[in-house]
Amino acid sequence: MSGHDYDAVNYWKANLRLIFGSLIVWALVSYGFAILLRPMLAGIPIGGTDLGFWFAQQGSILTFIALIFHYAWRMNKLDEKFDVHEE
Amino acid sequence: MSQFAINLLFVGGSFALYIGIAIWAKAGSTSDFYVAGGGVHPITNGAAIGADWMSAASFISMAGLIAAGGYANSTFLMGWTGGYVLLAMLLAPYLRKFGKFTVPEFIGDRFYSKNARLVAVICLIVASVTYVIGQMAGAGVAFSRFLEVDATMGLIIAAIVVFVYAVLGGMKGITYTQVAQYCVLITAYTIPAVFISLQLTGNALPPLGLFSTHVDSGMPILDKLNQVITDLGFNEYTADVDNKLNMVLFTLTLMIGTAGLPHVIIRFFTVPKVADARWSAGWALVFIALLYLTAPAVASMARLNLMTTIYPEGTQAEPIQYDERPNWIREWEVTGLIQFTDKNEDGRIQLYNDSPEFESTAQSRGWEGNELVVNRDILVLANPEIANLPGWVIGLIAAGGLAAALSTAAGLLLAISSAVSHDLIKGSINPNITEKGELMAARISMAVAIVVATYLGANPPGFAAQVVALAFGIAAASLFPALMMGIFSKRVNNVGAIAGMLTGLAFTLSYIFVYKGWLFIPGTNNLADTPENWVLGISPLSIGAIGAIVNFAVAFIVSNATEEPPVEIQELVESVRYPRGASQAHDH
Repeated sequence: MSGHDYDAVNYWKANLRLIFGSLIVWALVSYGFAILLRPMLAGIPIGGTDLGFWFAQQGSILTFIALIFHYAWRMNKLDEKFDVHEE
Repeated sequence: MSQFAINLLFVGGSFALYIGIAIWAKAGSTSDFYVAGGGVHPITNGAAIGADWMSAASFISMAGLIAAGGYANSTFLMGWTGGYVLLAMLLAPYLRKFGKFTVPEFIGDRFYSKNARLVAVICLIVASVTYVIGQMAGAGVAFSRFLEVDATMGLIIAAIVVFVYAVLGGMKGITYTQVAQYCVLITAYTIPAVFISLQLTGNALPPLGLFSTHVDSGMPILDKLNQVITDLGFNEYTADVDNKLNMVLFTLTLMIGTAGLPHVIIRFFTVPKVADARWSAGWALVFIALLYLTAPAVASMARLNLMTTIYPEGTQAEPIQYDERPNWIREWEVTGLIQFTDKNEDGRIQLYNDSPEFESTAQSRGWEGNELVVNRDILVLANPEIANLPGWVIGLIAAGGLAAALSTAAGLLLAISSAVSHDLIKGSINPNITEKGELMAARISMAVAIVVATYLGANPPGFAAQVVALAFGIAAASLFPALMMGIFSKRVNNVGAIAGMLTGLAFTLSYIFVYKGWLFIPGTNNLADTPENWVLGISPLSIGAIGAIVNFAVAFIVSNATEEPPVEIQELVESVRYPRGASQAHDH
């Protein structure tokens, strides 16, 4: 290691866990609900169509925004917890 | 005041604003020219990324494609927003920590190889030039209609304007002009949408209007639309798609292409801190979502309005007389983007789907073929006219469409010029070049890129959004994997990265060229670009995702068969993973 005094290994692991979790949600709403699983959601009506259509045209975009802000907020906490944040 | 004068006023006024800002912020040193001195607030930066991002493809072209394809073209909506999740988590913070000017610079340093940097420059130029072709095509459409000149003249005017302010302002000019452009384009996009949503559904918020009740029929608006278009032989708007493999791959291509496009990544070098890079990605997506949540409403409502215009008494009655066609059809006919042929010579405009299934219905109604061809790229621009909105709304949308096309073209030109002057010339051909010489090289490369893109933009290989989608495929297959492996793997080495980028790029380009023509020159394609000819049903627009997988696989295999990267490179990878110690992007 290159001589830092913080817990680099665990910081990186925590980051990877967070990314992994976020990407599961990312894939679920877009590739899942909006495309591949759409037939399974066909029974849930929403304004003249079904939930899968809503995810394809609105729901996934709203989820993406929430994911990024959640990630940024959690990472800032992690940066401080592991003391790797910038002054 | 005539509509022409109003258009001129809005377009001229907004241009004066952008050029004024560009001159006010005229770049001083090379550092200012590329990264705006590194001191831009995340929200400001988010708005600038939004303008940079939302191009002619998003503004002018996308809703037209959704209107035509319905659910199937939701891919554009998800693809062009979902990439920001990847950017925020997989690339932006680490590249900001690395703290250099350009994408090839990171690749060159991380893979400790001038050749890797050169290959990255090539990938960047191919992707960006393809992207600019799409912008020029879109800007040409907008100019030709609103300045009432022919398409070629529109293209030339667009090229001159882009060149002037990209060259004058550099990035700093562009950051602030782009904030102004964001404001113009989002106002221009949403105001007509609000009016139309109110007219059709009584709901002032277009994204809610999309799922509301159609005032005239009392049915949900999407049901009404499905009914109208299926009566005319078209597919249901909300119909599911059979070829899900292609839909998934296309969405994935757009997403990873988003994260691999240098003109967006370069934006994250301009924030002061690593944490700000994450926030910037979030804010950018908020600004982008304002348009992307409005677009599907615009698409379905414009399609319904178009159908009601042609069939005012309903689809079972006769369509309108050609001689009584509304003014907007007359005006778009001048540009050649709407064409009418009276096939059954009854003087009426029959607009329907010429499919084998609908043939008997058409025959029984005395129709002899679809008579109205509407270019999909005009839908958003014609939208306010179709809905009979006041003249100033039409002027506003002209200004907005041009803001979108020009801001993105300028951002791309900046990425191209910095790759040429900084990475190619200073980085390898002539390291002793003076600051003045570097700026000159940057400007010359911008000029060359504009000339090439304008030339190819005159005969684009598809609608604006489709050309742009090809650029995403190229970025997805070449740059994204190299960047991601550079951060997340310590094992991938110089040989592996170069082999990966080259095979990814070559694979993707050849698949595209086979269907779209070599170097996009019309008529040089080997196979017709139709679904029957696609391998496993994968369209040339969707191939970038496969190219990216090829890139990753080749890079891992080659790297594992060759030597580990040196210790100092492994330490470099280690250091980009932790925010502490990030310095401003610096000259060196």
